[in-house]
Amino acid sequence: MKGETEMKEMLGTIKENALNELSQITKLDDLEQIRVKYLGKKGELTQVLRGMGGLSPEERPIIGQLANEVREIIENEIERIRGKLKVEAKNEKLKSEKIDISMPGKDIEKGHRHPLIGVMEELENIFMSMGFSIVQGPEVETVYNNFDALNSPENHPSRDPSDTFYITDDILLRTHTSPVQIRAMKQSKPPLRIVSAGRTFRFDDVDDTHSPMFHQLEGLVVDKNITMANLKHTIDMFIKELFGSDMKTRFRPHYFPFTEPSAEVDVSCLKCMGKGCEACNGTGWSMELLGCGMVHPNVLRNCGIDPEVYSGFAFGLGVDRIAMVKYGINNIRLLFENDMRFLNQF
Amino acid sequence: MLVPVKWLKEYVDIDIDTKELADKLTMSGSHVDSIESVDKGVENVVVGKILEINQHPDADRLVVTKIDVGTEVIQIVTGANNIKVGDYIPVALVGAKLPGGIKIKKGKLRGVDSNGMLCSASELGISDNVVPKENKDGIFILDKEYPLGQDIKEVLGLYGEVIDFEITPNRPDCLSIIGMARETAATLGKTMRYPVIKINNQVDNINQYVKEVKVEAKDLCNRYYTKVVKDIKIGQSPMWMQRRLMEAGVRPINNIVDITNYVMLEIGQPIHAFDLDKVSGKKIIVRRALDGEKIKTLDGVERTLDSSMLVIADDSRPIAVAGVMGGEDSEVTKDTKTILIESANFNGRSVRLTSRKIGLRTEASSKYEKDLDPNLSDIACNRVCQLIEEINAGTVVDGYIDIYDGKSEEKILKLSPEKANRLLGTNIEADEMVRMLNALELKAKLEDNIITVLVPSFRRDLTLEADLIEEVARIYGLDKITPQPLVGTLIKAEKSVIRQIEDKAKNILTGIGLNEITTYSFISPKQYDKLNIPEDSLKRICVEIRNPLGEDFSVMRTTLIGNMLEVLTRNYKYGVEKAWAYEIGNVFIPRELPIKELPYEKRTLSIGMYGNSDFFTLKGIVETLLERLGIKGHEYIREENDPTFHPGRTANIILGNHVLGVIGEIHPDILENYGMKERVYIAELNFELLVLFSNLERKYTPLPKYPSVTRDIAIVVDEEIMAKDIEKIIRENGKNIVESIKLFDVYKGGQIEKGKKSVAYSITYRSHERTLTDEDVSKVHDKIVEKLKENLNAVLRS
Repeated sequence: MKGETEMKEMLGTIKENALNELSQITKLDDLEQIRVKYLGKKGELTQVLRGMGGLSPEERPIIGQLANEVREIIENEIERIRGKLKVEAKNEKLKSEKIDISMPGKDIEKGHRHPLIGVMEELENIFMSMGFSIVQGPEVETVYNNFDALNSPENHPSRDPSDTFYITDDILLRTHTSPVQIRAMKQSKPPLRIVSAGRTFRFDDVDDTHSPMFHQLEGLVVDKNITMANLKHTIDMFIKELFGSDMKTRFRPHYFPFTEPSAEVDVSCLKCMGKGCEACNGTGWSMELLGCGMVHPNVLRNCGIDPEVYSGFAFGLGVDRIAMVKYGINNIRLLFENDMRFLNQF
Repeated sequence: MLVPVKWLKEYVDIDIDTKELADKLTMSGSHVDSIESVDKGVENVVVGKILEINQHPDADRLVVTKIDVGTEVIQIVTGANNIKVGDYIPVALVGAKLPGGIKIKKGKLRGVDSNGMLCSASELGISDNVVPKENKDGIFILDKEYPLGQDIKEVLGLYGEVIDFEITPNRPDCLSIIGMARETAATLGKTMRYPVIKINNQVDNINQYVKEVKVEAKDLCNRYYTKVVKDIKIGQSPMWMQRRLMEAGVRPINNIVDITNYVMLEIGQPIHAFDLDKVSGKKIIVRRALDGEKIKTLDGVERTLDSSMLVIADDSRPIAVAGVMGGEDSEVTKDTKTILIESANFNGRSVRLTSRKIGLRTEASSKYEKDLDPNLSDIACNRVCQLIEEINAGTVVDGYIDIYDGKSEEKILKLSPEKANRLLGTNIEADEMVRMLNALELKAKLEDNIITVLVPSFRRDLTLEADLIEEVARIYGLDKITPQPLVGTLIKAEKSVIRQIEDKAKNILTGIGLNEITTYSFISPKQYDKLNIPEDSLKRICVEIRNPLGEDFSVMRTTLIGNMLEVLTRNYKYGVEKAWAYEIGNVFIPRELPIKELPYEKRTLSIGMYGNSDFFTLKGIVETLLERLGIKGHEYIREENDPTFHPGRTANIILGNHVLGVIGEIHPDILENYGMKERVYIAELNFELLVLFSNLERKYTPLPKYPSVTRDIAIVVDEEIMAKDIEKIIRENGKNIVESIKLFDVYKGGQIEKGKKSVAYSITYRSHERTLTDEDVSKVHDKIVEKLKENLNAVLRS
């Protein structure tokens, strides 16, 4: 039978031993062992409490309270250490999961749009944002739509089989996208604001800068009171959108059978931005970028539109050249060979 | 066209430098391609006279000369063998500079002092193709005596610039120095100085020399003007004329030929001179050739003519192909004594067709092709005579023969200034417009707010009011037009449905990892052979190009498969490990043969791949595409009879009555034809059908409320049993609670009996009404197993 003092002593020892052992714990698993050793069914503290039967009724509450205090202290310490060990274990895990972030990423490939088609769409989008609808025309066209309706003179050299691919006397591979103008004007009455991009064909041997198949983009606006000032503004806006607001344009009088007046538009040399360098022969201007003009009254009339009431402008540009300039591609053949290593660059 | 600025200055005052002139002319419509300096870097080269020529003591091929350059006599050793004592030649003194950075130093040649260099034309920077033949390889012998020691640059006019203009085809009037001078005068606001044409001494009468000139083909020749010059003295033309020709890109030959070329360049009217003594019967007949008639042109080539071609003939045979080239027999030689000058106006189309038929294009024919101003004929002819007289090369015979209907109608056009301003978006005063038109020699007058213009005969390109508006615009300056934004009703920019779906399809395919390719619309018919397409297949019925660039580009494609294979094969040969690609483009189906109307252009999609892929990769991609486009209800039906594809690994995609396309592995025979050593998978789809059946509408379906149960099932069946048959039975017996079926394993060999395969599925069961119990699921699952056993002889694998 243990007395009060003895029991107090025992409780004190238990507390000290428990705290001591706890301070040496390094593993979460060991924690449970300690808890069982001291606080479990057969634990030391529990045993002491069982021995409380030999105490007097005045001594029992004192020891009881002391025992509870000790229990609490040990439990709190266990929890505290549990928390600490958990954090340590977590940090340990994080540390061991460190990887070499400089190693290459997994190969998740997205496909690539063809640079030429991509540029064509970029151009179309610029014009769409200016209210131009997108229309398509056939690659195989009638001589009428490709030449006659466009006011091309009968003896124009471009009609020669040395320039144009013919299927029959009346059917050819379109040499420009301009026939779409005729189709659009015949199909809808003004106001018209359309753009059409697509394949065109000329009898040109394949070399670094020429291909028998190439791409053009055509634009047409027909309405009342359309002026050449409108044409200039539209072209300026387009060029600034494509090349940036520093780009300058120069409208030079030129000749096309289907526009009158006609003009060619140069843009500042892309290398020196207009200052003059070797690439532009010191002129400051790059080669002509596009052709344009006011729709010839004969063309309007051919489509059933009265030139006294309506006027319009049209423009056309070569998409392949713009793509080549934009991406620094020096050989047009690359555009049609479709080497994956080439396509993957865009 | 080459225009020497010095020559231009004879007809118009130019007080700005050449670069500024070039800019101004470019901006008024004559685009400058390039400007070249005539002086290519010559310094300190002077006129010298050869006093002595002695054989070099130690070198057979060299001579030692003594040259008088005025201030001194110098010794020069040279290898030239075209020189003689008394010749005046260009001498590069010690310290002289020549084009190409060459510096002349004192030196010794084979032990003999040489203090300078005698120069050839090319050493002075004159291009080989314009150097007179007798001067070509040797020292440039000057045409006469010049002050000794004079700077050779003055003597030969080696200064100034030559502008190369790009003249548009509607402006033949600009294809002459006078024409460009006119443009220059209008652009700079100066006055034009036309050459004064005056012949001082004319003798006899032309009728004593020419019996008859007759034009039989009046439709092909609307003016024929001739004069005669006698006592011809053939020799070199004066240096000033030679130099002008050279700068304009023409090689001097002899004084008579040079004068005809000179006047052609100056005025734009081609001139031909016949040796009159060689004209049989002294008759000129302008007629169509007879079929098979022959002529040897003056380039020495014999040509056979036909009755569509216009010739100049004497009483016995053709002596010139009209407008193209003269005959050798009647050409002007050093023995010619009397010449007949032809200055004519031929039908441009006829000259062009003839020139093309005989395969001969000349400076003259290129000018005639554009239909000349008939008023130039008499002017040019008289100019030729004037120049012959001036250089003392002959005596002009009085009189002329002119066969001409006189029908050069001067056109009257009207221009409304208000209309011009309206079209251009400008505010130009009517008086200003009149002034600009007059500067171009278009006689303009303002009356009652309308400008009347009398269009001169050299501007055949001006036929409508719009043409006059262009004249005003370009002289005013396009750069002066202030840009104005478009105003008007807001129109919604539209894209067609087919285009929208195309864009969507491209996004899907690119996102999956395919590269977009673009290939030629025309192919070689050999492609059909390489693809083993049967001779009687519809695919071989294609649109043929009459004048193709070569067999490789001779027919319009009826399938995209060939081009796709070519692209994949080429990539493979370059060592590219993996190539996944697609193309959306047109194939061309003739509506009937022979072709009478435009073919049907069918929008088609091709997908091709090799590397890191198999049939199911391709199928997965096609499935994803169709699913994203909202296409449902299609089936894959095996295709064993398409020789392009592997008979066991190909399927057609069928939706109702339509074939959406084909998908499969390419037949090994085809791979061999292309030299391809890896398996290739290709699908070709009718994109128009895809658009037709697409449905981009999306409606939300509620998410499942109740949990699912997944059960696996592994069965052994005969090899030929297709997955779709198994899945059909599963679904049919699924009692609506089969949510999804996933095939996760197919296995042959090992423990599996030969001729059979093991197939494992994961079946997910779910009800939308309640949570399924194990019993519910088992009931259905067991039924499924039973049916599989019953219908497919399936044996359950444990």
